[in-house]
Amino acid sequence: MPPEKYRTSSLAGTLRLGRKLAARLAIGDCVGLVGALGAGKTALVRGIASGLGLADQRMVSSPTFVLVQEYPGRMPVFHLDLYRMSYPRAELADLGLDEMLGQGIVLVEWADRAADVLPNRRWRIDIEITGRKSRTFSVQPPQSGPKPAGRKRANRI
Amino acid sequence: MKSDGRRVILGIESSCDETAAAVVVEGRRVLSSVVASQIDLHRRFGGVVPEIASRAHIEAVNTVIAQAMKNAAVGPEQIDAIAVTHEPGLIGSLLVGLMAAKTLAWAWSRPLIGVNHVYAHAYAAALDAEPIDYPAVALVCSGGHTALYRCDSPTRLKLLGATIDDAAGEAFDKVASILGLGYPGGPEIDSLAKGADAGAVRFPRTLLHGQSLDFSFSGLKTAVLYHVRGVPGRSNKYPGSAPATLTESQIADVAASFQAAAVDVLRIKLRRAAVKIGARSLVLGGGVAANSALRQAITELAEKLKCSLRLPPLKYCLDNAAMIAGLAWHYLDQGVTANLELDALATVKR
Repeated sequence: MPPEKYRTSSLAGTLRLGRKLAARLAIGDCVGLVGALGAGKTALVRGIASGLGLADQRMVSSPTFVLVQEYPGRMPVFHLDLYRMSYPRAELADLGLDEMLGQGIVLVEWADRAADVLPNRRWRIDIEITGRKSRTFSVQPPQSGPKPAGRKRANRI
Repeated sequence: MKSDGRRVILGIESSCDETAAAVVVEGRRVLSSVVASQIDLHRRFGGVVPEIASRAHIEAVNTVIAQAMKNAAVGPEQIDAIAVTHEPGLIGSLLVGLMAAKTLAWAWSRPLIGVNHVYAHAYAAALDAEPIDYPAVALVCSGGHTALYRCDSPTRLKLLGATIDDAAGEAFDKVASILGLGYPGGPEIDSLAKGADAGAVRFPRTLLHGQSLDFSFSGLKTAVLYHVRGVPGRSNKYPGSAPATLTESQIADVAASFQAAAVDVLRIKLRRAAVKIGARSLVLGGGVAANSALRQAITELAEKLKCSLRLPPLKYCLDNAAMIAGLAWHYLDQGVTANLELDALATVKR
C-alpha cells in the first residue's frame, strides 16, 4: 500500500494530525519518525501524546539529551530519540525497548539512524519541510502480519 | 558527628555523562570534588552514549570515590552521611551511583540521602561561597534541562517554568551542528560569538503567551536552519547539507545572533520570575550558565533589579558531586534521610 499523505500548514495543524493518528495506535505499536532538524518530529509526538490522553502537553519536550521520556496517558507513551545514540542496538536494549513495547506506545525520533534495530512491524512517518510553516507527512501504517500477542486497541477519541 | 560538630558528607553523582564524587563540610566547604569526565568518549562518538555511559560509570565509580576521600584527607570514620543523585537521569547511569552509595551507607552504617540533580544545580552557587539569600530565582540550563525555580530555601523549590520543546543547551548543540561546528556546541558558539555581530540577524525571541515562564527554543533553532540553508519552497538552497555558502565571519555572526536571541529569552524569563516573586537573589546553574553572554546579561539584570547575583564557577556549573553533597547537608540538618530502598527515577517534571 502506498503511504498516506498529509499536509499541514501550521504547528496547530501538525498537533491535530498527531491527535488523529493517536486514535489508530495500540499498545505494542512503535512509530518511527524521520525528518530533518526542525521538521516537527517533537511537535507530532506532542499531538500523538495528547491524543493518547496526556493532559499536560508541556511535558512533551525533546528527548535528545535524556534519550527517553515517559508520558502518562491512557497507556504509557515512551518518547525516544536516536539523535545521539552511537550504538543504538545496545543502547535501546539497555533502555528497555522491549519492556516499553510490552507496556505502551513507543515513538522514536530520528528512526532512520537505526532502522534495523526497531521492530520491523512499525509505523513509518516521514516529515518533509515544504515551506516556512508547511510540512508534508508520509504515513505508512505497519504492513499486515502477525500481531504481537495480547494486543489491545487504544481508546478512540 | 565530629567533636567540632561539623558534619561531613560524601556525595556521589552519575546521572548523565560524569561520574563524580565529592566531600563537603556543612553544606558549603568543599574538601574535594572529583569528576571523571566522559566527554572525550562522547566527543569521539558525538553524543551521550548510555550503554557506554553506564559501563563507564561502573568502571569509574570506585576510583572516583577513593580519590575524593583521598583528596579530602578523610576516612570512612569522618563521613557523617552518604548523598547520591537519584533523580532525574538515565536509569542505568543513576543506578551505578545509587548502588555505590547504598553499599557505603550500609557498610559504614551512615544515613543515605537522595538528592535531585536539578535542585542541586540550583544550589551549586553556594559552594565555597556565602549562603544564598532567599527567596531566590534559580535558572538551571544545560543540555537536558531548562527550568526556572522559586527557591525559598535550599530544599524548598517550586518549578515556575520549563522548556516545552528543546533545552537551551540542546539548542546550542543543534545550532552548532547546523553551522558545522563541533560538539559540545555551547563553548564553540560562545567563543565564535566574541567579536562577531550579534545584531547581524534578527532571530525570533519566543516568549509564549502572556506571562508564561515556560521556554521554547525549537522555533529559534528552525529559524537558524532557514537562515543558513534557505527557506524551503522559496529557494533552491534547501536542504543543503552544510553551510558551505557562508563565510567564516558570517557563521560567527549567525552564532552571535543566535546566542543573543537565546540569552534574551533566558534573561526576560528570569526577570519576569524575579519580579513576580520579589527575589532577593538570582541564581544560575547548569552547563549553559558557563556561557559568557548569559553571565554578562544576568549580571546586568541583577544590578538593575538590585538582587544579589549568584554565578557558580565553571566547575560547579557543570555536573559535579560537590553540589550533591552540599545540598544533602540541608536535608540531613532537617533529619530527611532515605532508606536502602531509595529508587532511581528517570524523569521528574512538572
